[in-house]
Amino acid sequence: MSVLYLLIPLALVLAAVAAWACVYAIKSGQFADLDTPAERILWDDEPVGR
Amino acid sequence: MTPAAVAAPPDACLHCRQPLGSTQVDGRFCCPGCASVHALLQSQGLETYYRLAPEEGRPAPRPTGREYADFDDPLFWTRYGRELPDGTCAIDLRLDGVHCGACAWLVERLPRVIPGVESARLELGRARADVRWDPRRTSLGAIAVQLDRMGYPPHPYRADAAESADEREDRAALVRLALAGALAGNVMLMAFALYSGELASMSPAFRSAFRWGCLALTLPAVFGPGRVFLRGAWAGLRARSLGVDVPVSLGMLAGLIAGLVNTLRGVGDIYFDTVCVLVFLLLCGRWLERRQRRHLAKVGDPLQTLIPTQARRVVDGEPREVFRDALRVGDTVRVLPGERFPVDGEVASGRSEVDASVLTGESRPQPVGPGSPVFAGSRNLSWPVDVSAQAAGEATRVGKLLEAVTRDARQKVRVVQLADRVASVFVVVVLALAAAVAAAWWSHGPSLALEHAVALLIVTCPCALALATPLAVGVALGRAARRGLLIGDGSVFERLGTPGQVWLDKTGTLTQGRSRLVVWEGPEALQPLVLGLEQGSTHQLARAFREAWTCGPETPSDVTHGPQGVEGTVAGRRLRVGAPAWILPAEAPAWWSGFLARAGDASPVAIEVDGELVGAAAFGDPLRPDAQQVVDALRERGWEVGILSGDYPAAVAAVGAQLGLDPARCHGGLSPEDKLAHLEATDAPTLMVGDGVNDALALSAASVGLGLRGGAEGTLTVAHAYATRDELAVLLDLLDVAASARRTVRRNLKLSLGYNVLAASLAAAGWISPLLAAVLMPLSSLTVVGSSSQAGRLP
Repeated sequence: MSVLYLLIPLALVLAAVAAWACVYAIKSGQFADLDTPAERILWDDEPVGR
Repeated sequence: MTPAAVAAPPDACLHCRQPLGSTQVDGRFCCPGCASVHALLQSQGLETYYRLAPEEGRPAPRPTGREYADFDDPLFWTRYGRELPDGTCAIDLRLDGVHCGACAWLVERLPRVIPGVESARLELGRARADVRWDPRRTSLGAIAVQLDRMGYPPHPYRADAAESADEREDRAALVRLALAGALAGNVMLMAFALYSGELASMSPAFRSAFRWGCLALTLPAVFGPGRVFLRGAWAGLRARSLGVDVPVSLGMLAGLIAGLVNTLRGVGDIYFDTVCVLVFLLLCGRWLERRQRRHLAKVGDPLQTLIPTQARRVVDGEPREVFRDALRVGDTVRVLPGERFPVDGEVASGRSEVDASVLTGESRPQPVGPGSPVFAGSRNLSWPVDVSAQAAGEATRVGKLLEAVTRDARQKVRVVQLADRVASVFVVVVLALAAAVAAAWWSHGPSLALEHAVALLIVTCPCALALATPLAVGVALGRAARRGLLIGDGSVFERLGTPGQVWLDKTGTLTQGRSRLVVWEGPEALQPLVLGLEQGSTHQLARAFREAWTCGPETPSDVTHGPQGVEGTVAGRRLRVGAPAWILPAEAPAWWSGFLARAGDASPVAIEVDGELVGAAAFGDPLRPDAQQVVDALRERGWEVGILSGDYPAAVAAVGAQLGLDPARCHGGLSPEDKLAHLEATDAPTLMVGDGVNDALALSAASVGLGLRGGAEGTLTVAHAYATRDELAVLLDLLDVAASARRTVRRNLKLSLGYNVLAASLAAAGWISPLLAAVLMPLSSLTVVGSSSQAGRLP
């Protein structure tokens, strides 16, 4: 069972990475607009710009 | 394109899918604006728009045909634009007429339409577009013209300091929530191991490791995301008001300290999981409330919505579009019919009629001529005039008024919420109980007594109490928003608790706020002739004729507009439409006096065909169709109803009498300051409903101010609630939602206090274990969540 001493810190490191990713997403404004991306996903792919 | 997209009803506009009216273009479009947007989309290969647009359609805004030269003004650029490191330029624009995903699609196709635009991103919620372009290949003016031609007239979007601070706080709240959730989840996992370990005799080494692990995660949860509660409690203590943060912090710290001591000692109970879940749940409740009340803050610069950003400065007789801020005192400015005046000043040349109802509440257009004063924000109705500027920007009358209003709104004190009042009693009771429990158990040993007292502090930590208000309010705010009622914050619900005095503005609130055809006398065959004569005119009466009748216009020729009216030849007949004094023969026909009696307060217009008086129309500002019903419903609920208006006292009295109001409560001829005085003289709770800038002071001073759509958006920033539906009945919805929200808050408080009584008795008896606390607390919170889902339901 002593493998827990390795696995639990490892799990916590993973959790920390996930939390960091979430905080990064919030800070870069990915949660600021929740309406438009829901529509954007429905558009067909096509070249934008020239 | 799918066949479904083409199959619009045969009598609907191909572009906006609205029914065709009298302004239709060759039976396919409802107006020339829609026709031009449709042609543009066809030529650019952007027909996909019609596949994405909602079937039922929405009224599309018309292209304004502006030149947007002001957008290329260097002053404009320094004020609103920004330059990116790679040499491209960027600006945030607020677009009119954005309503669905198809609009976002179309706006984001901008780079395909204008070479040189790098990207365009639209945020639907705020109709805000972030546009980036290469200044060597195109200009902002060209981009603005293109957006206008697509049917999205752009305005500069300036996030003020308050709004960007709000945005930062939004992000911080979400970060706190995320961290608290991650910590609580992991602490719960380890606590689970501890609880099951107790049943399966876990080895002491593991037990100690898990306890230290829990402690290591709880410390950052309490002092990281949980710091908001500690800070709130500290601020409350210093202000000598015990809010709900105080008992929350008490329970949180008691759990943390007891757990810390017991972890160090290696014996005794720890409550780390309960503490972490507490922090997480409370943050959830607060974030929910915050998310729902954001709507109102998204307004932008109120002055900007009232004064157009562009103006036409006349230099050497040539009008040129300039940016508003470039105007100086003494400049001559040309204002076309339908536009708002950009400056305060004096008419230099030209005659017209001005609608100043936004500023003064006067419903009748005022005639102006050389020398007449005109004010920024009012609308020119009939003819182009040149104005010599005497004040511009914030120095104008409307600018000063708005400044006074926003200053007032900032000084406003927040009302104490019911939960805070309950909480201050709660703290005292819990502390007394804890002392009593400790005293009662003292004979069994001090350590046991202390343990029970601490357990009591933790389990009575008012998680449900702290969630009771934010959850109920958040749900109610969200529900109200879906019904077209944006409410600033939950204290509005508390302030509508007892019926008091409702003050209604007249022009635009009780009435429809624009000239409409109210009486018509004459043969139906006359209507296409009149429409033909008025075709293409921007005069307000021409618009009222077009709105009233659905028949198609006849083709006119040699139409001349004069100060008295219009004349011209339509379908071979000579027509004159205008003031009765101009047209009426020496001996008026018998029906004329009957017509005048029916017209009453409305302004009459006579119609002559081939030298003979054959018809007449009267224009007025009729009551909204639901006005009577709303007034009756308000009285039934015990509210006193009155009118505060800037219009002539006689007009106000007439409307009051029509609605059956007490004449002593119908006040006319009031300035914004007079309205304010009336509100301050009322002791009972006041609910002010208005739509103009002249109501803004009163709206902010009332217990609750409700701004109506269709009025000046400047009222938005100061009103406590704002209706996006142009109906008076939203007023009743507001009262219903508030009543339902208050009922839910009270039920939540009862539930959470009931739970606390139960938990306190268990703790006093010494039956509380960490496992029981960990189950009870989320359970009580869930009950409150379930109960809150009913908040804001309309009967």
